[in-house]
Amino acid sequence: MIPNSLLHELVTLTMQHFFLVGVSMLLAASVAIPLGIILSWRSGWRDVALEVVNVVQTVPSLALFGFLIPVPVLGGIGSHTAIIALVLYALLPMLHNTVTGILNVDVAVRDSATALGMTTGERMWQVELPLAAPTILAGVRIATVTTIGTATIAAAIGAGGLGVFIFRGLATVDSVLLLAGAIPAALMAIAADRGLEWVERALSRY
Amino acid sequence: MTGPSSKVSGSQTSGAYATMSLVSFRDVSIDFGQRSILRHFSLDVEVGETLVLLGRSGSGKTTALKTVNAMLFPTTGMVLVEGRATTAWDHIQLRRRIGYVIHDSGLFPHYTVAQNVAVVPRLKQWPAADIEARVANLLQKVGMPVEEFGARYPDELSYGQRQRVGVARALAADPPLLLFDEPFGSLDPVTRLELQRQFIELRQELRKTSIFVTHDVREALFLGTRIAVLLKGSIEFVGPRREFLQASTPEARAFLSCLEPLEYDTEQSLA
Repeated sequence: MIPNSLLHELVTLTMQHFFLVGVSMLLAASVAIPLGIILSWRSGWRDVALEVVNVVQTVPSLALFGFLIPVPVLGGIGSHTAIIALVLYALLPMLHNTVTGILNVDVAVRDSATALGMTTGERMWQVELPLAAPTILAGVRIATVTTIGTATIAAAIGAGGLGVFIFRGLATVDSVLLLAGAIPAALMAIAADRGLEWVERALSRY
Repeated sequence: MTGPSSKVSGSQTSGAYATMSLVSFRDVSIDFGQRSILRHFSLDVEVGETLVLLGRSGSGKTTALKTVNAMLFPTTGMVLVEGRATTAWDHIQLRRRIGYVIHDSGLFPHYTVAQNVAVVPRLKQWPAADIEARVANLLQKVGMPVEEFGARYPDELSYGQRQRVGVARALAADPPLLLFDEPFGSLDPVTRLELQRQFIELRQELRKTSIFVTHDVREALFLGTRIAVLLKGSIEFVGPRREFLQASTPEARAFLSCLEPLEYDTEQSLA
């Protein structure tokens, strides 16, 4: 029923999609988690930073991809532009959850860590981060699931991925093509959600 | 310029050498914005005694306690520990020499009982075998044998058991000084008495110096070798237990009146 060439392309596009999301999540996490840790110490910067990523979040994704095309070095056509946009979107949930996770550590626990003679670093690594880990990971999970969906739009700026089928299906009013893009993307999102939820639960068991 | 400043440092040095109190509050005042929490608070804590800071909520007793382990610093005045101002101590080193027990234990929820007790020895990088022996010994002392409780997590313990572990954790690195901030305040009366008795046993065995904050006059009399009554950030009365019972200052009397049986109409309650 499904032609062999289509199946072949499906595999390639799924791999591309996976790559787009994977790289974006790694980059976003390596920015957002350390930044979130710093912001948990600096209440002044915190509100500004969260406000900025909040505003980024409100830009419609298709528009953000469009805005990035004329930007020199970072922008243009292709997957690197898409990755930058996806990273920007993923920052908010990751940053927000990192800050909240750390700030929500019980004051009595934090105070007794200090009173026992832990340095700021010891307290961060041994007490605050382990206790915040499930919340931080929940942020990563939310970001990943959303990004798998948003990444389909990246096909509009030539980044590839499962969005290619969706855009082609829209242009040719071909529902089989539409579904060939949408269903694998949905399955990928569900798998990521379940997988990360499992890791989250493993972490909260201490 | 040099004249007055050398005079000041001269008087501080002579003061530090004159008394070898373990802890010495020198005219300590603390303001949080407009509110003054401690006012010209002066007190010496001698080696081996259990000094109780007795006062109502908001009297400044917890604030005073927190200046000892450099959790808070005086706005004016100074706190000396072993003759050295808390501002001159390395805060981390100072805190590792002072055990600290608070009312809701502050145990690390992601550490087992044994790991919680081991925190300070581990920070001090004791050999693993020494830590293990120390943890087992202390948990035994507080009535929580390591075989039974060592692998449990704090949320699997009762409130009283958590406080016992909190005491063991404070004692772990054998600090010369212990601070207690209403550690038994939220316990039921029967468990509280058990833990108070255990406190006295441990004190006789280990001979530590303690500063103990409470609002419970019975607890103050039971545990304190000396009692200081705090009122609005100042010391209203300070003296040994026996003198406290004869105290004539209003706040001390107010606390002592809590010891008298409640007056109620016997006839009516029988009817």
